[in-house]
Amino acid sequence: MTAVAEVPAAATSRPVPVQRRKPVRPARLVLHGFLTVTALVWLVPFLWAVYTSLRTFADTSQHGYFSIASALTFENYENAWEQAGLPHYFLNSVIITVPAVLVTLLCSASVAFFVSRFNFKINLALLMLFTAGNLLPPQVIITPLFRMYLLIPLPDWLSNGSGLMYNSYLGVILIHVAFQSGFCTFVLSNYMKTIPHELTEAALVDGASVFRQFWQIILPLCRPAFAALATLLTIWIYNDFFWGLVLFETGSDRPITSAISSLQGQYFSNQNLIAAGALLTAIPTLTIYLALQKQFVSGLTLGANKG
Amino acid sequence: MTVITDAAENVAGAGVSSSRRVRRLTGRDKIVLGLMVGIPTLLHIVLVWVPTLVSLVLSFARWDGIGGLATIQWIGVQNYITMFTVSPTFWPAVQHNVIWLVFFVLLPTPFGVFLAYQLDKSIRFTRFYQTAIFLPVVISAAVTGFIWETIYDPDNGLVNSILGTNKPGASYIEWLGDSHLNLWAVLIAASWKQAAYIMILYLAGLKGFDPSLREAAALDGATEWQAFTRVTFPALKPINIIILVVTIIESLRAFDLVYVVAGSNGTKPGLELLSILIANNILGESSLIGYGSALAAVLLVISLVPILSYVFQTFRKEQQP
Repeated sequence: MTAVAEVPAAATSRPVPVQRRKPVRPARLVLHGFLTVTALVWLVPFLWAVYTSLRTFADTSQHGYFSIASALTFENYENAWEQAGLPHYFLNSVIITVPAVLVTLLCSASVAFFVSRFNFKINLALLMLFTAGNLLPPQVIITPLFRMYLLIPLPDWLSNGSGLMYNSYLGVILIHVAFQSGFCTFVLSNYMKTIPHELTEAALVDGASVFRQFWQIILPLCRPAFAALATLLTIWIYNDFFWGLVLFETGSDRPITSAISSLQGQYFSNQNLIAAGALLTAIPTLTIYLALQKQFVSGLTLGANKG
Repeated sequence: MTVITDAAENVAGAGVSSSRRVRRLTGRDKIVLGLMVGIPTLLHIVLVWVPTLVSLVLSFARWDGIGGLATIQWIGVQNYITMFTVSPTFWPAVQHNVIWLVFFVLLPTPFGVFLAYQLDKSIRFTRFYQTAIFLPVVISAAVTGFIWETIYDPDNGLVNSILGTNKPGASYIEWLGDSHLNLWAVLIAASWKQAAYIMILYLAGLKGFDPSLREAAALDGATEWQAFTRVTFPALKPINIIILVVTIIESLRAFDLVYVVAGSNGTKPGLELLSILIANNILGESSLIGYGSALAAVLLVISLVPILSYVFQTFRKEQQP
């Protein structure tokens, strides 16, 4: 704050620069030029992958990859989709992502409700525990977690046949919930703190139970935060590579993001197919991002802003 | 800044009236509340914090994981001695993690802040610029790895094709194979994401910044650089801390991208990282649980520094009644 005070004192002798109000055009043009170049540089890897994926292997092996395409086709996408059996892996991703997002939101909302509406001594400790847990690198816990999952028996219908927590969708869903609820609890508790206490007090006077206050008053008011967090969580959990890789023994149970690395060696024999497979994997998140950009960015910054 | 004060006031406000409210809870309400907070907390503790502590404990053990828990041998700090003195991969991994962090702090993070500052100037097409630059953050690190493989491939990749270094011979460059080059090649790919991520976080911080402060500085004749370093940057201290923590944590968490570009077994000379060594210990044929836990313990201790400083910084304000 001292720095702020120094600036006016040091600069009072100078005349007021009029240009500040009406920006000089050349400066703006330079800025636009810089941003356009940056945006294009940032897009190059994508565009290159798209270009590669749309060319046939015959074309690229004859002319090289850095050449004008003789024809563009979706052949590689069809091949990647069918040969590698991608639909199966996409389904695995859905089986993991949808419940994980819903349960994470429910768990975080419950804890956030507790922390933000009641003043217990334990609240701060709880929030710190969740937030710190969320920031741990997953590799710190993987060795014991892996052994733990090998020791926990599950009925077959819950463990897709493995009989263990290891190799089961439930195991991966639960670790996502445990990890992500740290961030979401933090964000939701800040959000709930902005809801006036009079609302729940009025309900209390009318004899509403704690659960009704949570379910019928607080939760509906948190819709914007839920929308933002759900978008963010869907992308994060879908994009997870590590848990899907380590907690499943065989490739066939893995979600698409983790499976793609083993599919590479097996089915994707050339760059064109690899690019097509990678882009197919990215399509769901890219779609969600482009459609719900506002939700995504606000979810990301909800946590950051309130720190 | 206002947000934090608001939250603090709310906490204080809650303190005044809640002593009454708590007393009005019925027995059933208490059970419901207990379950609402108990189940998620239990899940979090059992799956995150218990393994963290077990990791510390097992770092003093020797166990191949094949026999039952009874076959665990306690060998004191032997794992750490092996790690620090014998292991050929530990120190390179630490070195690479440090390089990763320093690189992130020096290049993509300031660049992301710079981009955010430029995009905050209410210019046209800002939405297009943001969307384009932010795209890499949305795709998984695994997919990022594949996309960059098509760029770095020694025979067919974009870079070598442009440079003309794709013919085997003297000038042939293996960007991901050469152990002196591959870390830097991967860092460029990682920066592609990191700069964009920081940009969005900082942009959000700047949106909450009162523009009249900057205008006042400009009226007083401060240059743009002075206005940024002396007004905007100090005023955004909370977001600066978040950016720093995010940068450190991301450097320690780096895994997916490296694992993918390192190929089938997830490891390549020049690309060792602590996270990679730990994962390989699990995924590999011979699983040395004690040694893997010792690696995890080192990663934990390093990670706790930024995590704890962040947590205490964030919640310090709320602690004061």
